[in-house]
Amino acid sequence: MSSQTYTAQDFKSDQYVRWCPGCGDFAILNSIYKAMAELGVDPSQTAVISGIGCSSRLTYYMNTYGFHTIHGRAAAVATGVKAANPALTVWQFTGDGDCLAIGGNHFIHAVRRNIDINIVLHNNEIYGLTKGQYSPTSQKGLVTKSSPFGTIERPFRPAELAFGARGTFFARTIDVDTKTSADVMLLAAKHKGTSVVEVLQNCVIFNDGVHKELSSKEFRAERTILLKHGEPMLFGKENEKGLMLDGFNLKVVTLGENGITEKDILVHDATTEDSTMHLKLAIMTGPDFPVAMGVIRDFTTATYNDELVEQIEQVQAKSKIKNFADLLNSLDSWEI
Amino acid sequence: MSETAKVIELDQVVVRFSGDSGDGMQLTGTLFSNLSAILGNEISTFPDYPAEIRAPQGTLGGVSGFQVHLGAQKINTPGDQADVLVAMNPAALKVNVEAIKPGGVILYDENTFDDSGLKKAGFVTDNPFEELGLKNVQLLGAPLTDLTKLSLESSGFDNKTIVRSKNMFALGLACWLFNRPIEQAQHFLETKFSKKPDILRANIKVLIDGFHYGSNTHASISTYHVAKSDIDKGRYTSISGNKAAAFGLIAAAEKAGLQLFLGSYPITPATDIMHELAARKDLGVRVIQSEDEIAGICTAIGASFAGNLAATNTSGPGLALKSEAIGLAVMAELPLVIIDVQRGGPSTGLPTKTEQADLLQALYGRNGESPLVVIAAGTPDDCFDFAYMAAKIAVEHITPVILLTDGFIANGTSLWKLPKLKDYPSITPPRPKEGEPWKAYMRDPVKLNRYWVAPGTKGYMHRLGGLEKDFDSGAISTDGHNHQRMVNIRKAKIDKIADYIPELEVYGDSSADTLIVGWGGTCGHLRSAVDKLNEIGSKAALAHFNYIMPLPRNTREVLSRYKKIVVCELNNGQFVSYLRSQMSEFTYLQFNKVQGQPFEVHEIVDYITSL
Repeated sequence: MSSQTYTAQDFKSDQYVRWCPGCGDFAILNSIYKAMAELGVDPSQTAVISGIGCSSRLTYYMNTYGFHTIHGRAAAVATGVKAANPALTVWQFTGDGDCLAIGGNHFIHAVRRNIDINIVLHNNEIYGLTKGQYSPTSQKGLVTKSSPFGTIERPFRPAELAFGARGTFFARTIDVDTKTSADVMLLAAKHKGTSVVEVLQNCVIFNDGVHKELSSKEFRAERTILLKHGEPMLFGKENEKGLMLDGFNLKVVTLGENGITEKDILVHDATTEDSTMHLKLAIMTGPDFPVAMGVIRDFTTATYNDELVEQIEQVQAKSKIKNFADLLNSLDSWEI
Repeated sequence: MSETAKVIELDQVVVRFSGDSGDGMQLTGTLFSNLSAILGNEISTFPDYPAEIRAPQGTLGGVSGFQVHLGAQKINTPGDQADVLVAMNPAALKVNVEAIKPGGVILYDENTFDDSGLKKAGFVTDNPFEELGLKNVQLLGAPLTDLTKLSLESSGFDNKTIVRSKNMFALGLACWLFNRPIEQAQHFLETKFSKKPDILRANIKVLIDGFHYGSNTHASISTYHVAKSDIDKGRYTSISGNKAAAFGLIAAAEKAGLQLFLGSYPITPATDIMHELAARKDLGVRVIQSEDEIAGICTAIGASFAGNLAATNTSGPGLALKSEAIGLAVMAELPLVIIDVQRGGPSTGLPTKTEQADLLQALYGRNGESPLVVIAAGTPDDCFDFAYMAAKIAVEHITPVILLTDGFIANGTSLWKLPKLKDYPSITPPRPKEGEPWKAYMRDPVKLNRYWVAPGTKGYMHRLGGLEKDFDSGAISTDGHNHQRMVNIRKAKIDKIADYIPELEVYGDSSADTLIVGWGGTCGHLRSAVDKLNEIGSKAALAHFNYIMPLPRNTREVLSRYKKIVVCELNNGQFVSYLRSQMSEFTYLQFNKVQGQPFEVHEIVDYITSL
């Protein structure tokens, strides 16, 4: 990492930002600028890859190297960038349609390979750029232009998909909470391997208020829990509530009731290989449970890019073939 | 057959090994070809195998063949019909009945020609030769299975392993018949089975016994000697088109000083390119076996963006899946080599058979005005040269290049004189001049390419993408006039490449009235056809195209010199329709074949002489 310090300004391009007024993407963009400045990687060492959709336009607003590719394929392009030059810090910005519908295959395989890229998934549960169709994360029953009687499809929960693909890093945040967003993006970038950050995002035009239960400051403390590795799982305005195990399941308890004290509360361990608890935390929903925010899983294991480089070095150390001429000499050949 | 043993001198001979797909015919044929090449013959080979890995034993569907043409003169093709057919079972005989030359020799395994074998192959009488109407052939039957069992009776191997070695008995017999020294075959086997000493020992024993069986038992049969080739002196190997293409990319990367990257998804008949490159970690080649065809090209596009010489390889169905991403590479203007090893289509089609029916897909199979470079290799060995040139054009003109090969030249082999990299042209990626103002879509004033700067380079941060860009600033633009200008310059950039590729050369009798036109993998057959036509006094010339988009500068001039233009291709007329659209002033005749097989020389000769 460079010893130079950066500000958000260093990562802003000269392009006019063209999202709808009030779009959650503005806040996410600012969180990204902040996280990148804090990370301290030079803009010239940073590659931002995106697919198609509102969020994917983000590439043009970054004063880094950037590639706005085609629908769904950003994870594959980002994989190629990182494998070709592992020294780069590679980010992928994507939406719920781009990442989980048309790009679902590339997403799970990037996660499976654990290549060191940072995937920021803007989840507004709707197709915005095509003017309002249901997406793979839209809640059942959502009325949209393509589901005038309510969608009958079951939505993905991105965390389950990431864990199913043996993901090593998963975090969740919400657009309006720029502090948490910048924090988890920074941790995502520091994680070695594929990091997935789900950002719950509002679409002011086609799915306004989709996350309002969580976004309003008034309720956020009650309805979400900010998980931090090594800290007890407490939430509520006064941190008066917490999570405990009840058999195999989680339960919400209140400190002081039934003799429960802070030491009875589960302590978050994001680093375990076993993702069972991470999954339980990731799929909690209201009204009975708070929605988990923060870094839910951060498990360290070998990355694709490190293993690729190591394997090349090992083979090169052993092989007598150092160039094309050596390769020809290694063939069965004869004089005529 | 003659009464006394004698050696017949031949200029050339075609041998076809044929058996069950588990009989090891590809190995047998390859060993026999390589032996012949070492002895100084030119070779051209053609493996012809079924799509099923192991079809039911003894059935017609499971027949796998390997044909080799060896000789003294320039051997352009694996030959139309075989002088010698080695048939390991009745099904192999039946499938190849049209592949035997009149007067040819059929060497067959008597043990498999029993009631059950004949029934599996659908024969209804006990004389398959008569049933097939094979009269003018020499039969050379031997109980290959029994003899192999006898050879290995004290080896301790189980019956299955023993029977699997019978291809070596056949090879031994073939070596005897063609006076090939078996010591060299032993050397090849030692390399192939270095990690399986038991199998190696068994194979060598059977091989030697097969050879001796021939010289002892069939002493009265004539054997053959094939004259040595008079080609350039030098060091040679035999190489398949797929291997040559992989080597071409490796050579180009070294010449350009770039890291080589391949994004690939397995698909017949293109996968061997991935195998070759995946084995070259010692040369720093990075290969990702991606989750699908789309990811194959998209990882390559990412690697190209990141500054690698990037390639993807596929066959027709895969090329279709890659279309949108190819358009991205056109729009973002990134260097990329796409190798399409054509096979029979449409859809899954004939996966293991050859065809040239992806040409229009390569030229036009994308949305929007999406010009790119299309070139085609002509022979197994020149897949090296054209993969090299594909990389050179991609890198120097900052464009995707589609290299078309086909199942025939990709899996077939020919003799290849080992090249020297210093004899190949330099490859210089265009970079912006240091210290000068720069924008992502600034262009070289002559070649019209943009400059290539990889992430990691200080001071050149830029954004590429699939959206139309402003001609000057490189920012997103939806302006209609700007779009027209960008569409035009992307096309002009490709057209300009005609200044950097060789002119079209005419082969054969250039004073002829008839010009045969071909492209890609039919090169050998068309050359042989032109030779034959001129030999029989029917004057003909050949214009064979390797550069298709753009066409060589002198194309119009060449076509204008001939009264009759006959475009021959393994499709229903794709190149001819392209020529008609580009140069409509000429009248084109066409000769087409779509049978999953290469042309046969006589088909071309017959057609031309019938005109």
